[in-house]
Amino acid sequence: MASWIEIGNLSDIPPRGARCVTTPLGRIAVFRTATDDLYATEDRCPHKGGPLSQGIVHGAAVTCPLHNWVFSLETGAALGADEGSVRTFALKREGEKILMDVDLMASVAAD
Amino acid sequence: MTKKRKLIVVGNGMAGCRAVEELLDLAPDRYEIEIYGAEPEVNYNRIMLSPVLAGETGFDEIVINGRGWYEENGIALRSGEEVIAIDAASRTIATDKGARSSYDRLLIATGSLPFILPVPGAALDGVIAFRDIADVRRMIATAEGGGRAVVIGGGLLGLEAANGLRTLGMQVSVIHLMDTLMERQLDEAAGFLLRRELEMRGIEVLTGAQTEEIVGTGRVEGVRLKDGRLVPADLVVMAAGIRPNIALAREAGLSCNRGIVVDDFMRSSDPAIYAVGECVEHRGQVYGLVAPIWEMCRAAGAALAEEDGEGYRGSVTSTKLKVTGVDVFSAGDFASGEDREDIVFRDAARGVYKRLVISEDRVIGAVLYGDTQDGSWYFSLLREKENIAERRETLIFGPALAGASQDPNAAVAALPDTSEICGCNGVCKGAIVNAIREKELTTLDGVRAHTKASASCGSCTGLVEKLMALTLGGTYNPAAVQPICTCTDLGHDEVRRLIKAKELKTIPAVMQELEWKTSCGCAKCRPALNYYLVCDWPDEYADDYQSRFVNERVHANIQKDGTYSVVPRMWGGMTSAKELRAIADVVDKFAIPAVKVTGGQRIDMLGIAKEDLPAVWADLGKAGFVSGHAYAKGLRTVKTCVGTDWCRFGTQDSTGLGIRIEKFMWGSWTPAKVKMAVSGCPRNCAEATCKDVGVICVDSGYEIHFAGAAGLDIRGTEKLGIVKTEDEALEHIVALVQMYREQARYLERIYKWAKRIGYDEIRRQIMDDEERRKALFGRFVFSQKFAQVDPWSERVSGKHQHEFRPMAEIGFPRAAE
Ligand SMILES: Cc1cc2nc3c(=O)[nH]c(=O)nc-3n(C[C@H](O)[C@H](O)[C@H](O)COP(=O)(O)OP(=O)(O)OC[C@H]3O[C@@H](n4cnc5c(N)ncnc54)[C@H](O)[C@@H]3O)c2cc1C
Ligand code: SF4
Ligand code: SF4
Ligand code: FES
Repeated sequence: MASWIEIGNLSDIPPRGARCVTTPLGRIAVFRTATDDLYATEDRCPHKGGPLSQGIVHGAAVTCPLHNWVFSLETGAALGADEGSVRTFALKREGEKILMDVDLMASVAAD
Repeated sequence: MTKKRKLIVVGNGMAGCRAVEELLDLAPDRYEIEIYGAEPEVNYNRIMLSPVLAGETGFDEIVINGRGWYEENGIALRSGEEVIAIDAASRTIATDKGARSSYDRLLIATGSLPFILPVPGAALDGVIAFRDIADVRRMIATAEGGGRAVVIGGGLLGLEAANGLRTLGMQVSVIHLMDTLMERQLDEAAGFLLRRELEMRGIEVLTGAQTEEIVGTGRVEGVRLKDGRLVPADLVVMAAGIRPNIALAREAGLSCNRGIVVDDFMRSSDPAIYAVGECVEHRGQVYGLVAPIWEMCRAAGAALAEEDGEGYRGSVTSTKLKVTGVDVFSAGDFASGEDREDIVFRDAARGVYKRLVISEDRVIGAVLYGDTQDGSWYFSLLREKENIAERRETLIFGPALAGASQDPNAAVAALPDTSEICGCNGVCKGAIVNAIREKELTTLDGVRAHTKASASCGSCTGLVEKLMALTLGGTYNPAAVQPICTCTDLGHDEVRRLIKAKELKTIPAVMQELEWKTSCGCAKCRPALNYYLVCDWPDEYADDYQSRFVNERVHANIQKDGTYSVVPRMWGGMTSAKELRAIADVVDKFAIPAVKVTGGQRIDMLGIAKEDLPAVWADLGKAGFVSGHAYAKGLRTVKTCVGTDWCRFGTQDSTGLGIRIEKFMWGSWTPAKVKMAVSGCPRNCAEATCKDVGVICVDSGYEIHFAGAAGLDIRGTEKLGIVKTEDEALEHIVALVQMYREQARYLERIYKWAKRIGYDEIRRQIMDDEERRKALFGRFVFSQKFAQVDPWSERVSGKHQHEFRPMAEIGFPRAAE
């Protein structure tokens, strides 16, 4: 069962930018691409913990601000030569509103 | 023959009548038909309202079915009569004229209602939608008086309205909430081209603009935006979207979501009631275009005729903008993604942009601008999910398989003869091409000798070589240039020269005109382009913060744990008890874990949470501190010694000069960081001879040094020259830095740039060529007008709040039941 809660509006995030949502599991980065697609990942780079929400967003990918690893926002996997991945979270959009699935988060907390 | 059954159609629009046509084709005699239409018109082609508005055609030309059609088919048309209730139990309808009528089958085709923004003033006289012929007539009547129109909504409908009103002679502004026009159909690159075209037609485009209220007493006078701007208007067209018109169906108890829910045979939850057109929801999908509606009507006609058919299975849609002279096509899904691949083709000369999105060897999306003739071909590949693996390479050239590959010299070929190729010596394309032809030059040195192009700093070498290849044909092979990144074949120098020569002033303009191979660049090229544009067009270019690295975006240095460090400016390394006390207070108040003296003679506070940054800056600001730009590709520090103020060896006021330089140059962006120093005598306590720019004061004046390094590489400076006065020292230093700003590649430090250009060449331009030096100085001063704004105080007063606060905070979710 998904349970969606509202986390903000599309216009809260600049295009090709990101904002954070703080949760009991840590920070989650919510990205908006140039084409207004939305993605959410944990805000921790698997390399050395860089905050991905602070990276440059290009296409459906983000470049970590600390050492330039690049991650797919869709799958969370590192692209190119680097290996690793970040956890992604489901989002959905209803008009301007952005919603996040919190039950998924509960299951993450449990495992 | 049995008695005819009775069919009532609610809605005399495109879907209602088309469904009747389909039905008559299959079963001309089955029903007695009655059509109700709220509009007092016959059945007309709604999509042609845009050309009617633009004066390209008239109402008579867009009628689909005139009175004769209704008569011939025995259809009773009740136009100008609205159905106000449906009683499903007794199978009757009631109209606003008090009539009642009963049916065996009912077909609802009520279309959509324009969405009117719920802002104050939306009901004022002069605010109209763009939906029917009555709206168009009102717009044309208003436009006769000239005046100003504001169109709210930069989608398909809004832009067609804007273009029409402009053609009628009104001054038109489009207000669009998003940053890209038609963002549902277009990507950033195509949206840019469209915007440019509309602006060239004299339409003002305001993106990222939110409507706050419509102002006026009785009649509309203007539109106020959220940021406070007021756009004057005699006419406001609301084109902010449409909503399925389902009130009637809902009150009749039919199952509705966004639209009236129908099955594949267009049947609603009541088996006697069918629905087609924009008012329906089929398999969760609502449509706003006619192509899917025609398919629905075929299914509905067959169902009403009680013939077996496949029914309706849903549609993939494509859109075209109907603005004469603007070709835009879009279909499918064109968001970027990992399992997706883009094929991008740009032809700057013809203003063409094409992008295909490929996933698993299938076309899943297409955006075409400027050349849409292959649109239908791509659309059929997309709809049929055809495997394109075999023709992948030539796909972008269309079905003719033109096979031509992209010409690497295209950007240069498209330049007019008058555009300047060599900035140092002011040589234009025409002069170079002529020299190559007339003097039969075949080598770069030959061109240098005869034209002086690329004979000085060499930044334009790549372009000159491309011109040679272009003029000499296949016989000349230019040296390979290292491209900026995989998004382009051009190198930094070429891009910089072309930005100037073609007067490119936005990132999308650069990518289009220089034929970028990706739709929106990458983390390598975007920051570089952003810097080049900031440097070259200081007054016109709007800095794109999303193309900057985080440090420059939040004006602090990110640390390995994701916290930030903050370094306020201490001019020339001088401070005071008051400043130190303020720093101490900030450290206590925010429990800042580490405080360190930096190598640049100032104080670094480390370990500050991002959320605290604005408050830290606010407190520092109260004590008079501004940002030290310790994070910037820009002027960092000017280190000084105490000079004649205190030191017994001092020859000049080194501290004073250092402070003066720092106050003059802070805030400027540079290709890479710039660190300076001023020492009061050759003992050089400020270590000026390993800096980007350094000054050694001597009895006879000021010795200027440059191109030192003390980082990954170590090298002593080169001497630029010696000048007599402080004013001259400042002028020379500023001119040198400006030359570096204009020529260097992004992230290239001064010492690397200088080595590449040649120290002598730099000495010649700065020390010997007074006119050039003064011009460089002037350009720096001009750009400082826009750059010298303290970013900290800007953010304390609210700019870019989104950078510093989380968007939401979520508590522990409730345990799942
Ligand atoms: C300016 C403009 C340009 C467009 N351009 C394009 C384009 O280029 N390509 C494209 O594919 N689509 C385009 N469209 C969209 C297209 O016109 C619609 O998708 C199509 O008209 C929908 O058909 P419909 O029958 O569902 O609704 P409509 O054509 O709107 O018909 C509904 C009719 O029902 C009437 N009605 C509503 N309620 C009642 C009632 N209770 N009683 C009686 N009558 C009622 C309305 O008055 C209206 O006449 C455009 C639309 C507009 C406005
Ligand atoms: S550089 Fe010369 S003037 Fe400056 S502090 Fe050292 S000795 Fe004194
Ligand atoms: S020298 Fe290296 S470790 Fe030390 S601050 Fe500079 S980059 Fe960091
Ligand atoms: S922490 Fe992200 S790349 Fe190193």
